[in-house]
Amino acid sequence: MRRQWDTVWRSFRIATWLGWQIESNWTDPFLFAVYSMIKPLASAAILVVMYGVITNARFENPVFPYIYIGNAFYMYVGSVMVGVSWAVIDDREHYRTLKYLYIAPIRIPAYWLGRGIARFLTGSFAVLITMAAGVLFLRVPFHPAEVDWPLFLASLVLGVAMLAMMGLVLASISLMIAHHFFLIGEAVAGALYLLSGAIFPLEVLPPWLRPLGFAMPITYWLELIRRALLGDAARAFPTLAAFSNGQLLGILGGLTVLFGLIALFAFRWCDYQARERGLIDMTTNY
Amino acid sequence: MSREAWALSAPVPKATGWQLFLKTVVARAYPRVVGQQRERSWIFFDVFLSVLAISAYVFVYRAIGAPEEYVGFVIVGGAMTAFWLNVLWSMSSQLYWEKESGNLALYIMAPNSMMAILLGMALGGIIATSLRALVILLVGSLIFHVQYAVGSIPALVIIFLLTLTALYGLGMMSASLFLLWGREAWHLANLAQEPIYLLSGFYFPVKNLGFWVAAVASIIPLTLGLDGMRQLLFPSGAALGFLDVRIEIVILTVLSVLFLVAARALLGYMERKAIREGRLLESRR
Repeated sequence: MRRQWDTVWRSFRIATWLGWQIESNWTDPFLFAVYSMIKPLASAAILVVMYGVITNARFENPVFPYIYIGNAFYMYVGSVMVGVSWAVIDDREHYRTLKYLYIAPIRIPAYWLGRGIARFLTGSFAVLITMAAGVLFLRVPFHPAEVDWPLFLASLVLGVAMLAMMGLVLASISLMIAHHFFLIGEAVAGALYLLSGAIFPLEVLPPWLRPLGFAMPITYWLELIRRALLGDAARAFPTLAAFSNGQLLGILGGLTVLFGLIALFAFRWCDYQARERGLIDMTTNY
Repeated sequence: MSREAWALSAPVPKATGWQLFLKTVVARAYPRVVGQQRERSWIFFDVFLSVLAISAYVFVYRAIGAPEEYVGFVIVGGAMTAFWLNVLWSMSSQLYWEKESGNLALYIMAPNSMMAILLGMALGGIIATSLRALVILLVGSLIFHVQYAVGSIPALVIIFLLTLTALYGLGMMSASLFLLWGREAWHLANLAQEPIYLLSGFYFPVKNLGFWVAAVASIIPLTLGLDGMRQLLFPSGAALGFLDVRIEIVILTVLSVLFLVAARALLGYMERKAIREGRLLESRR
């Protein structure tokens, strides 16, 4: 048992280091820092300009921090969930090393999660920069003394774990597909962006789409993050006002466990199918 | 002599000069148009992903009580993202992908013009992407009930065609820059998405960025192209426009010529430089 855990830990640790090298060493540290800042800031600035144009820059309205914080933390979805699943495509199609990884003494899911950690780190940097810009220049209400830190940390850890599990499910599916590999992660992230109320309250969605929003775990995660950071201002929107923080944490925890189980079974099934069909060393040149 | 043997021994008519140039353009455009239409799932995902992104921005505008015309601005901007993504990933970085897959050396060895290959890529890209953009525009307009009031159809067609000419000229120009890049090519193409969406005003009138920012952003042809098209498509477009449409047409004409001439000059220079530095066959994954 201990030996198995050693293998898992080693796979995870080495994959984290490898992922960081792949993410960061394509250029010098200065350009990497600029790259890491420009993308998230530009993405946030699109929403800021849209909001500013329509409301004559009334950034003190509660809807602005709702949009801004939702967009900032949604970056974890792109970095963690898509990042974990992207490792399969990177290794199989680009570096063509997936077959070597399969014959190495490692645990593949632990390796994928490790690769996701590098994306988590770059994603955290993007979230931090975006939040700092919002607080410094756009009056996003952030008062460290008023932040519910235990709730924030618990939500962040649970949320990132949930995203990693969702990433494992996508990675498992990616093992079996060729033609749509880079579109699956983007399609799921795009759908979640629309349906989870990341940048607008769910009440704005047509009534027939709202139930889908309530079925998305990210809806509850972003609500918890907003409540932890904004306090009462986050309760200005009725979407999840009926739920207490404890209930939301319970829902998020339950969904994380559920996705963990789905990820476990999805990996076993897809891994078996991929081996059976000889897809592990597939190179499609797509 | 059998018919097959006779066919094999018959001299193949060889195209030279302009004929070869045109044949190369058509040959390179062909896989773009036909190949992309064969991959039907990609067409679905391209349209589906764009509609998802558009919808999110539309709902933001609705959440903050924006006038309905802004919904139309988002739909038109969202449809035009297809062209920017095509230029970025299938024009600018194409020579880098060709290098990675081993085709680049074949292109250079073959007795054809590299400029014809780039033109073929651009032509094929324009045709294939226009179909996608049209579908995105139709689907988005139907879902969100967008009302158009076209001011002048000839002006709209002219500004659209000039935008595409200048845009793909820019793509051809930057393709030669990507020729020199290795692993960083993917990251740099990735970097040129959101900042350009912001600066070119894909989801809001570019006038709101202020005169000087909009003026600098006008180097990207989509900035003026989108602004001009919105002015011609929506009743309040002219009031929210950055420059007069006639001025935008003149600037886009200048940009089209400038980018195409620069693409030709830069391609020759970069090709010589890449050969001298031995970068045409390198593969830095």
